[in-house]
This record gives sequence, C-alpha cells and structure tokens, in this order.
Amino acid sequence: MSTRSWGRLATCAAVGNRRRTAANPADARLTIGSSVPRCPTKFISRRAFLAGAAASLAHAATPDPLVLGFLYNGPKNDLGYNQAHAEGKQALRRYPWVNALEEASVPETVAAEESMRNMIHQDRASAVFATSFGFFDPFAISVARRNPQVQFFHCGGMWQADKHPKNIGIYFGFIDEVEFLSGMVAGLTTKTNRLGFVAAKPIPQVLRNINSFTMGARSVNPRVVTQVVFTGDWVLPVREAEASSSLADQGNDVLTGHTGSPRVIVQMAERRGIFANGYQFNQSSMAPRGFLTGAEWHWGTVYCRYAEMLREGKSVSDGTIPRRLTGTLKDAFCALSPFGTQVTERTRQTIAEAREKIIDGSLPVYRGPIRDNTGQMRIPAGVTRRVTDPELDSMDWLVEGVIGRTRS
Amino acid sequence: MKGYEGARWMESLLIPLSALVGGAALFGIFCAVLGSNPFAVFYSIYRAAFSDWYSWQNTLVRAAPLMLCGLCTALPARAGLIVIGNEGAMVMGAIGAVAAGLAVPNAPHLTSLLLMAAAGMLAGGLWICIAAALHHYRGVNAVISSLLLNYIAIALLNHLIEGPMRDPASLNNPSTMPLADAQHLGMISGTTVHDGLLFGIVACLAAWFLLSRTTFGFAAKVVGGNLRAAQLCGLGIGRVLLTLSFLGGACAGLAGMVEVAAVQGRANASVNAGYGYVGILVAFLARQNPAGVLVVSLLLGGLMASGGMLQRAQNLPDAAVLVLEGMLFLVILWSETLYGRWSERRLRAS
Repeated sequence: MSTRSWGRLATCAAVGNRRRTAANPADARLTIGSSVPRCPTKFISRRAFLAGAAASLAHAATPDPLVLGFLYNGPKNDLGYNQAHAEGKQALRRYPWVNALEEASVPETVAAEESMRNMIHQDRASAVFATSFGFFDPFAISVARRNPQVQFFHCGGMWQADKHPKNIGIYFGFIDEVEFLSGMVAGLTTKTNRLGFVAAKPIPQVLRNINSFTMGARSVNPRVVTQVVFTGDWVLPVREAEASSSLADQGNDVLTGHTGSPRVIVQMAERRGIFANGYQFNQSSMAPRGFLTGAEWHWGTVYCRYAEMLREGKSVSDGTIPRRLTGTLKDAFCALSPFGTQVTERTRQTIAEAREKIIDGSLPVYRGPIRDNTGQMRIPAGVTRRVTDPELDSMDWLVEGVIGRTRS
Repeated sequence: MKGYEGARWMESLLIPLSALVGGAALFGIFCAVLGSNPFAVFYSIYRAAFSDWYSWQNTLVRAAPLMLCGLCTALPARAGLIVIGNEGAMVMGAIGAVAAGLAVPNAPHLTSLLLMAAAGMLAGGLWICIAAALHHYRGVNAVISSLLLNYIAIALLNHLIEGPMRDPASLNNPSTMPLADAQHLGMISGTTVHDGLLFGIVACLAAWFLLSRTTFGFAAKVVGGNLRAAQLCGLGIGRVLLTLSFLGGACAGLAGMVEVAAVQGRANASVNAGYGYVGILVAFLARQNPAGVLVVSLLLGGLMASGGMLQRAQNLPDAAVLVLEGMLFLVILWSETLYGRWSERRLRAS
C-alpha cells in the first residue's frame, strides 16, 4: 500500500471518530442539524488492513477534501479545555468538504512536532490547529518553517514578525465578560457571601478570570469575597478535590475554578451540597443539583470561520486570513453555560440584561477605579479598559475582594 | 552442564519474546473489544514506527531519551537496587543543564554543551545518589524514596520556572530564559533526529561494557546476586551502589540536558513529559541489561511514535498505547517467574 493511499485510509477512518463521539450526550448540541454523509466506517475500520483500495474508492466521491489536523494536549473527554476544542472541531461536521483529523494527549515535546509532521505528510493536512499554548514555541514554529505550504493556527501564542514564520496565525478569545456574568450569578445566589475559586497557576490568563468573576459577583452583591487556592498545575485532580473540600469547609457556598478541567471542583461542590460554576466546558452533568452556570469556550465558531476562509483559498501567509483572530462574548467565541435549576427567574433576567449591556458596550468589565487586594490602584477612575486591551495581558494582581496572593 | 547453559540461553531469548507476544495478544483482544481489527492495529503500529525511514526517524527520536532513562533503572538494578526515580533525575538534569547554559550565555558551542551536559549529569547523578545513600546508610526502601524524589524534583522545577528562574516574558507558559542559539544541540545531518540519539547509544554500549567486561561490573553482579557473599569477599558495597546509582542518574540527567538543549530550548513544565516513567518499563523489559535497553528503547519508542496513527487511522482512544505498554509490563513481570523452570530441570537431569 503506498503512503498516498494510506493517507486516504487514515482520513476516512477519522470520519468514523465523529460517530463514536456523537454518542456522548454532551455533543448532542452541535450534532443537531449537521449533515455529514456517512462514510461506511465500520466496514473500513474493521477491515482497514485488507481494504485499502476500497477506502480509496470510498473517498474518490469527494474530491480533495480540505484536510485539517487538530492536536490536543490532553484527553478529548476531559470536560475541560481539550474537550472544548474537540467539540469545536466537531462543529466542522456541518461541512462535508472538511476532513478533520485529531490527536489527543499529545505531550509538549518532540511528540507535538511529530504529530504535526505526520498530519502533513501522512494525511496531507493543509492546515494544522495546535490548541495548547505549549505547542507554539518551538514546535509549531519549527514545523511551520519547514512546511511553508501548510498553514498553522495556534491558540493564544505570541507571534512576532521578526522571529516567527509567516504561515502561523493566532486565534484566541477573551472570556472575562462571561466570567463576569458567571460571577454575577454566583453573587446573586450565595447565602454566605463567600465564593471559592480553585486556580491552577497565578498566570495572567487565570488572574483575569479570578478578577472578572469576583468583580461580577461584587457588582451585584458588594459583600461578596472570593477565596482563591492555587494548586500549582493544570491537571491535579486530587489536589483540586482537597482544595474544593477545604473551601467548602471554610463556608464558601459557590465553587468555581480555572484548571485544565474544573470537573472535580464541580463534583466536589455537588457532593458537599453547595453550588458550582463551571469553566472551559459545560460541566452541568457533574452537578445536576448545584450547578449554576459557567463560562465556556465555543471554539466551533472559530474553526468554522477558518474552514470557510481556507476553502476560499485564503491564507495567513499572504494576509488574506488575519494574523490574529480574536473574539469576545459578542463574537460567540465564548458563552455562558445554560443555567442550572437553582438559578432563580429574577437572576436569569438580571443576567440577560447585563449580557445585553456587555454586548452593546455599556457595561465594561474593567472600569476604573479598580484597586487590587493590597489597596494599590490598578485602573484609575475614569479609565476603562476593553477586554481586548493588551495592557491586561500581563495582569499580575488580584482585585479587591479576593482573599489570596499571586505569590506564595 | 552444556545442556544447562543452552537451556538458560534459550530461556533468556524465548521468555521475553513470548511475553511480548502474549502482551500483544492481550492488547489485540482489547482492540477487538473496542471494535477495531487487531491486525489492522498492529499493522498501523508497524506503518507508523518501522515501515520506512520517515517513521524510523520518529521512532529514533523517541528512543533517544528512553535509552538514557532506561539506564537509570538498569544500572543500579545490577547491584540489586531498584530505582524508579528516572523522571526526577531527568528533571534535575534539565534544571542543571539550563542553569549551566544560562550562566555562560556567550560561551562557544562545544564548551557550553559540555558544561551543560556535565551539569545535567551531575545533578541527575547526585539526585539518584540520595536514594541510594538513604538505602545504604539508613535502610530506606529505594523504590519508595526514589519515587518520592520524583515529586520533589517536579515541584522544584515548577518553583524555579515560576519563581527565581522565570523569564518575565513567558506570561502564560512559565519558562526559564531561552538558551542561546549556540547552545542548542544539533541534528544528525540529513535527518530529523537530534544528537541525543548518539548519547543514548554510546551510553548503552558503555554501560554494557562496564557491567559485563570489567571487574567493577563483576563486583556489581556479586553485590546484586548475594549481598552476604559480597560482604564476605570484602567488596565495598556502598561504593558499588553509589557509583552505579550516580552513573544511572547521570544518564537520566543527560536525557534532561538533551530535552532542553535539543528539543525545548529552555526549561518549562514540559520537561517532565513522562520519559522517565517509560524508562522504568524499558529497563524491566530489557531485564536490566544495558544492551537490551538499547533494543527495547527502539521498540517502545516505536510504540510511542505510533500513538498518533492509532488515533487517526484506527479510531482508538489516545490511551491505547498506554494500555499496550501496561499489558506488556504486566506480562513481562509475570514472565520473570518462569526463568529457571526448564533449565534447572535440565541441570537436575544431567
């Protein structure tokens, strides 16, 4: 079997992936209305070894699909960061001309480089989406340099014109506004006026979420404080559970977090009989009683936009695809998870109004005066920073009302 | 006696081979349960890891750190000390190498590489020596202590990259400052494989020579075979244990140096990528024989390299490769109990 026909075989079996994941109820939302012609996958994956030729024939019907490769750093059913991206990839099912491949749990080592190269050489991918921050430097950069005909899209990287190859595009979303809304729900629901936040690392991205969540809560309930615990890494389920439990012991009655996947935090809140807000992905299945809402990513919006641009023959190298594709709540890059049963009708109305105001710009998240929790003025009165302001990208402080420190 | 030797030799060949086949067969059943054709899966592994030069390069680049990490367990094991602190030693090696590299940013290519390698080996070696010393002088179980040392090393790495050694520009992915371009380890010319592979091969061959062709190697074998007899012979047991542990740790430390100098270009949390843990598996599969480590690293490197293909072509979950590794490990551990059954019967019969 030649490498070429092997590539085709591989892509066809990858279509089979879709069906398997669609069995997951969490995927149902994006599955509805999609019209993918069913590839006779069962037949092919069962007999792939013998039926290479048949597989090539099956694909001859769709000439030259747009092959896109996706890499995730962790498992694609983590109910967190990686599943949010995997679900975004699933959204591409609505395009019969897209062939989306994926590899999960790719470590940020030579493995990342190798996966990208394999997608290009074995599967003829014309664009690669590296979804984890650590895939960028040096892996995506080095593969992009050696494969100028392929386009690379990286989630959240810092592209520099003088250092990095032209065929890399960056996409990212600003989720502060959704965290603000999520915080409002928490602030309106809490009885003890104490919220617990389990965070991975004190990096800007995490601090922004803690701060906007807290500001949201305090905007509707000024007595609220948020207690933060840093676990030290993205995926530490045991420590996350311990931190959540101890936050519950200390009287915090709404828990949320920013880790690779806050599923453990939400689960622990449910077990302790308190409320939980999710992050990254819809975690309502983990807490049928106590789940309030959460900020979740909708990468499908981004991937569909890229797929359409790529189909039109646009490219990031010649500037027809923007170098940076970013968006906010307004652009549907991220959204609030559907409300849980405990969220009152009044709260829902308040949130709906606030959402409108955030979208029309009359309720900015970062409006001065904003002090940090040591009393230092961070955003002076009269200054309003939009969430897209690069100034916020280097945030290293916790806002007033947060109990915790960025340094141990 | 001749029959006994022959039987021993056959055992050392047939038992690992049948264990491999047995583990693979178990994995085949696992694949069949998941709805994939096991033969297609094995063919995919072959295609992705060993079928042509392109896939061989993928395998080799994964095998390089495995060789070095495998030695970290294999060397002390010869003297009867089971050390599983490979990951920690590799992380310490990476920290040492980066610290050395950043200390001399303007040094010429070769000087800085030598310095970094020396620092990495020293850091990794001393790290495993801690476990060996605790074992020898205080009677602390080295399996436990070296495992726990892994967590300490990883915590130290996280502390350093998020605190004292952090590059202020690495906002959302805390890392040290990048190494200078002259401090990067090169590629073997005409390939996508870095020079770390040569380090691995040389280290395995040197370790094999040390253990099988020198008096020190013989002393180590005596210590591992019968501690009481070694004491009666007047062998310096502490010296043998500590030396082997240092050498083993130094190999893993060198793997850490290769990871930062050839792959990452700086130290960050990705340095702790699990090669050390696979190294334990390598050493056990190779039955603690350094030459075997070389071969088994290629096999496991190939398995690691085929993980992506299994996901893309065979629709298997990303953990499938881990399942295969786990099954191999269990079957091989179990097969250890078979040694001597046949050969000793021959011995008694003669």
